[in-house]
Amino acid sequence: MANLLLSSRDVEFLLFEWLKVDSLTSRPRYSEHSREVFDAVLALSEQIAVEEFAPHNRMSDVQEPTFDGERVHIIPEVEKALTAFANSGLIGAGMDASVGGEQLPHVISRACFTWFAAANSATSAYPMLSMGNANLLTRYGTPEQIDRFVRPVVEGRFFGTMCLSEPDVGSSLADVTTRAVPRDDGSFRVFGSKMWISAGDHEMGENIVHLVLARAVGSPPGAKGLSLFIVPRFLVNDDGSLGERNDVVLGGLNHKMGYRGTVNTLLNFGEGKHTPGGEAGAVGYLVGEQNRGLDYMFHMMNEARIAVGASAVALGYSGYLHALDYARTRPQGRLAWAKDPSSPQVPIVRHADVRRMLLASKSYVEGGLALILYTAKLLDEQATAETPEHADRVGLLLDVLTPIAKGWPSQWCLRANDHAIQVHGGYGYTREYPVEQMYRDNRLNPIHEGTDGIQGLDLLGRKVVVRNGEGLRVLVEAITAATANAPESLSEYANTLNEAIMRVARVTALLWKDGDARTALANSQAYADAVGHIVVAWLWLEQMTASEGKTGAFYDGKRLAGRYFFTHELPRTGPMLDLLESGDTLLVDLDDECL
Amino acid sequence: MKIVVCIKQVPDSWADKKLSPEDSTLDRASVDRVLNELDEYAVEAALQLTEAHGGDVTVLTMGPEDAAEALRRALSMGADAGIHLIDDGLSGTDAVGTSYALAQVLQSREFDLVIFGSESTDARMSVVPAMVAERLSLPQLTFAGKVEVDGGTVRIQRVTDYGYDEVEASTPALVSVVEKINEPRYPSFKGIMAAKKKPVEKLTLADAGIDASQVGLAQAWSAVDSFAARPPREKGTIVEDGGDGGAKIAEFLSTQKFI
Repeated sequence: MANLLLSSRDVEFLLFEWLKVDSLTSRPRYSEHSREVFDAVLALSEQIAVEEFAPHNRMSDVQEPTFDGERVHIIPEVEKALTAFANSGLIGAGMDASVGGEQLPHVISRACFTWFAAANSATSAYPMLSMGNANLLTRYGTPEQIDRFVRPVVEGRFFGTMCLSEPDVGSSLADVTTRAVPRDDGSFRVFGSKMWISAGDHEMGENIVHLVLARAVGSPPGAKGLSLFIVPRFLVNDDGSLGERNDVVLGGLNHKMGYRGTVNTLLNFGEGKHTPGGEAGAVGYLVGEQNRGLDYMFHMMNEARIAVGASAVALGYSGYLHALDYARTRPQGRLAWAKDPSSPQVPIVRHADVRRMLLASKSYVEGGLALILYTAKLLDEQATAETPEHADRVGLLLDVLTPIAKGWPSQWCLRANDHAIQVHGGYGYTREYPVEQMYRDNRLNPIHEGTDGIQGLDLLGRKVVVRNGEGLRVLVEAITAATANAPESLSEYANTLNEAIMRVARVTALLWKDGDARTALANSQAYADAVGHIVVAWLWLEQMTASEGKTGAFYDGKRLAGRYFFTHELPRTGPMLDLLESGDTLLVDLDDECL
Repeated sequence: MKIVVCIKQVPDSWADKKLSPEDSTLDRASVDRVLNELDEYAVEAALQLTEAHGGDVTVLTMGPEDAAEALRRALSMGADAGIHLIDDGLSGTDAVGTSYALAQVLQSREFDLVIFGSESTDARMSVVPAMVAERLSLPQLTFAGKVEVDGGTVRIQRVTDYGYDEVEASTPALVSVVEKINEPRYPSFKGIMAAKKKPVEKLTLADAGIDASQVGLAQAWSAVDSFAARPPREKGTIVEDGGDGGAKIAEFLSTQKFI
């Protein structure tokens, strides 16, 4: 199916020639599946993405959701696409059979979902949030909560949200002020406002299940006093039918730069517009134990952050394919050494600087997709490891790679969108061409689910130093195993990579030698940038190794992009590591009056 | 109600198609292959009829090993069983031979309806349904934009240039459908999983009682003597508007037989 969303050939290569995902079917959890099933569900995802999601991508950007004071209006194409998605069974594809899911490996689910994010990032946000919500409740909810609030999501009848931020509380969740008051029947009444809530209010489906972070009365201040509550838009009766309207009210819509088709809301809980059970206050049900809400959210954060990184890859990938297609068909100018002005113009793909941007973009988006799928497969390895020790090692590697899987594509696949505009020239800057929307859409990804700055702090401040540096050690092991496995023809790259990761180990030790977070974290973003590029270089080495001895334009393209990454991109890490090694503390020492 | 839907695997209609220099037949190996789009409408029509009246749907295809993918697609949409007519001797069979082979398979089966898509996107001849009906002496209700069954009567709206004709026949009968008839469902994940367990019967020429001398490339009633790649697109015609641009464009369109 011809399209400019992703390369199905590349997806196939990464999943089956490199990651050998079909081998997962030998594990009991995935034994019902086969390569045949994986191929079919990938093809189905591509088809629905192309036929139902992509066609209204621009329309939902131009005609963004509106609020008439009573209801949110969203173009009907969004609900039609989401119905096709739900009917296909893809919502529950990766979930446990116990809740009606199909236990598809996470890595296949991730690849499938990347098609939807590439086709229409805004529409795909609705099921992404619903699936995250349902996954969390499946893990921490009671059987009764799962029956009532997860199964309808799997069936596509209910949608889900995550309500964390507040008007004055974004990244600093420890300062959440929304409060929950207990009632005698075990339920709570929730009061407060939640900001930036994607898919927070609309008329699609039957109900919306909000997961709300709030502080129960009497809980301590800070992050350790936060609990998680299920607050449905409509209460759900014991027989599963819808009950009263809950006291959750749309305060207004946020109008965004991109992702315009995803309605983004300010929600007010407990303002008294609705009075379920005869009183004001949004009825909420505690998830798990009181004061452990943030733990539960963070347990799901690996998956959510990989999902954001995947969206960034998807948008960058599609931007690259659009730019490539344009460059091959757009005649403009002559080669710098062509003297005859009457000679025919050449397609712009012949110009070296256009090739630079295309090759850079190819290395970012294919490297980014490799990063996402590798990380997603670690979730499967962790879930099906034969020993607790192996699960632990895989979990450590997953933890250290997660901030990179979120932050690196958010930065570098956005760069691919930037290049795509540049390749289009003036046309790329107009709204007539889709590349400008892709850039606007992708600009969200460095911001949400923890800004890139937070990912840098998470990587250097937590993930690599956990258990006396065990986090970094598993990463070094994984990279050195890959360099040892590289064929002789790639030994130069393998050696370069070995030196780079060993230098990271030395720099990390140096930064933390005094155990002083103030100096260690002063340049955490440079650290994340350097480690991110080294990790992607590692995955390019793996891709080149998997292409070894294979012929044809596709494999030549892999070798070309891998070579580019090692010769043009990896050297960027040298100055970053120099800066870190210098121990420079300019950014913490400066007087902000001088800015 | 028992329905057999005849389906075909074809090259993706988006793909650049080429003929094989060896035997001048379509080079199927170099392109993605999909279930013929109109056949999805045929499968959907059959599923809707059995959902309304009960019964089962069997999908029948003729083709090489890869054609099994088309069967699996139809099974994952909800069809109950598949028949795969597969034999090296079938390679290169033309429409006449195809209708013979399919009729041979169908004549030993019990059915109330045989449903086809009205054409395949590779050959685009639209003759196989009529030929099969003729060989089996079945009433043929072709180009259906709507199909209904009432007891032993099948009724269609036959789409024409001027609207539609209402045509009916008694069952068993053969129907071919156009894309107007419905919107085919997507397979579901559960359907994909269930398809793995549905029966697919493989038949050779001998199994189906097909005379090998009536099928295959050598027996085709037409042959490709030679072929050449499509020439590159020529430069467009630029019409200079010296006050008579409209007339020149009209003349151009007229010479191209657009007006």
